[in-house]
Amino acid sequence: MVKEMDEREEIKRIIAQNRLRDKIFWILGLLFTVVGFVVLFVLLLDLFMDGLPRLKWSFFVSYPSRFPEKAGILSAWVGTALLMVVTALVAIPLGIAAGIYLEEYGRKNFITHLIEINMSNLAGVPSIIYGLLALGLFVYFFRFGESILTGGLTLGLLILPYVVIATRESIRSIPNSIREASYALGSTKWQTIRHHVLPYSLGGILTGIIIGLSRAIGETAPIITVGALTFIAFLPSSPISTSFPFLSFKWLFDPFTAMPVQMFNWISRPQKEFHLNAAACGIVLLIMTLLMNGLAIYLRYRFRKRIRW
Amino acid sequence: MFRSMNPKTERTKIKEKVIEGALLLSALSSVFITLSIVFILFYEAIGFFKYVSLIEFITGTSWTPLFAKPTYGILPLVCGTLLVTVIAIIVSLPVGLVVAVFLSEYAPPKVRDVAKPILELLAAVPTVVYGYFALLFLTPLLQRIIPNLSSFNALSPGIIMGIMIIPYVSSMCEDSMRAVPMHIREGSYATGATKFQTAFKVVIPSAFSGIAAAFLIGISRAIGETMVVAIAAGMMPNLTFNPLEPVQTLTAYIVGVSIGDVPHGTLEYRSIFAAGVTLFVMTLILNIVGFLLKRRIREVY
Repeated sequence: MVKEMDEREEIKRIIAQNRLRDKIFWILGLLFTVVGFVVLFVLLLDLFMDGLPRLKWSFFVSYPSRFPEKAGILSAWVGTALLMVVTALVAIPLGIAAGIYLEEYGRKNFITHLIEINMSNLAGVPSIIYGLLALGLFVYFFRFGESILTGGLTLGLLILPYVVIATRESIRSIPNSIREASYALGSTKWQTIRHHVLPYSLGGILTGIIIGLSRAIGETAPIITVGALTFIAFLPSSPISTSFPFLSFKWLFDPFTAMPVQMFNWISRPQKEFHLNAAACGIVLLIMTLLMNGLAIYLRYRFRKRIRW
Repeated sequence: MFRSMNPKTERTKIKEKVIEGALLLSALSSVFITLSIVFILFYEAIGFFKYVSLIEFITGTSWTPLFAKPTYGILPLVCGTLLVTVIAIIVSLPVGLVVAVFLSEYAPPKVRDVAKPILELLAAVPTVVYGYFALLFLTPLLQRIIPNLSSFNALSPGIIMGIMIIPYVSSMCEDSMRAVPMHIREGSYATGATKFQTAFKVVIPSAFSGIAAAFLIGISRAIGETMVVAIAAGMMPNLTFNPLEPVQTLTAYIVGVSIGDVPHGTLEYRSIFAAGVTLFVMTLILNIVGFLLKRRIREVY
């Protein structure tokens, strides 16, 4: 009798202990998840407190300077914008095409398998390795020099896996019945893809592109490796010219700097005043990437809500 | 018979073939990228090893490329890389796993839907901003607690890098835990187990290969991360396991040399490719093992 009582007490004790552990873990989990938010918040706060006073109009329209109060990010943001143009032109068509091939055409054979393994491996290659690739391939082998073209191509290759993965996931979510309906009406494979598969998967692809470009904006290491300069007090040549043929591509071969490179340069200086400039530059950079990511999250949400198969 | 007589269909067929060919070429471009990475890294590295013996490179304990009599022993850089990586892992793996368990097993769906995107924003912050944070926020903060911490050190970038990697680890762990079928959990609940017991004795073992893959890929991220260490760890090749001292990683060395615009073809130029090969091989092994593990989990369920 006493023994039975003891056993019962023992079981109660174990249950209580288990429940307590469960509760403790619940709190721990919530705490750790919140830590992420707190870090993000502190990061923003620290950056804003340091950099906000520098964020005036003149900061955006001045070149870098020896005097921290006069220095600005004009050449940096123009460089970043032009880089993004080249990056998008490389990564978007190539990435979507590769994604379509792998999902719609690729049979289960050696080549498809090879491409797939290769793609997921590329996504894990450190970004600085892309910088070394570009240094050897674009700068010295193709002789593009330390130019906007080289930088854009580098970043384009870097974000290619993002675009491919987004395209594939988006295409995969389209039910086969859509394709079969199109075939039943006599369309060819490409017509089906062009008029049905692509339009429906556009939302997902767009999300992937935006996330990829937001990565590219913040990438610093590969851009430094291919020779972005840290002090540029002029703008690349204008893409529009007054004489025929009115469009000029000389800017592609101009030396450049970019926002993250400019920020890195300012951080590496010992003077505190330059650190404030770095913070201001960081704010601009951070706002751009967070906005792009926010847009991507919103688009994903919108498209998921709108399309119901 | 009827079809082949129609020139329009014939043309459509050719067009279809051409398009398929173009798409295949785009897909193959990724293979071309990988091949060029391997070719260029090894081509320049072989040029390097003509002047520096491989044995000196692997076993040498000092890395002084800028001295009058340069020595090229990769160990200090590898050591710096590993030191920072270990610190980052100590931060990111436990936190990432706990967050993943919480989001996958405990949190209500609404909380998860909000928390996941916000955590992913942590991964979207440019690394150079994290570098700023490590050098100008965390290091001064840590110096108040540890007075003999030098202003460039391995500890602060290691911690920041760990925080940076948390979203990768937690998101991949969570995905593999959610792939565990519900009935396995229900079996555990039916025996009277708590969520905690179910998570750690049933779900985590079932999702083990996916979690291991997440860890490996997290480690490879840490090894390849560049800007945080280039900014906050100092640029001093230092064979030490003391996190309070400045170190230089493989990646930071490459950045350091690139900033000073090295002439093409010099030994210094080639040395960054030798460092690059070392880095590439380290991350490649981790990525391949991670990939195989991730594929295994897909086969189980």
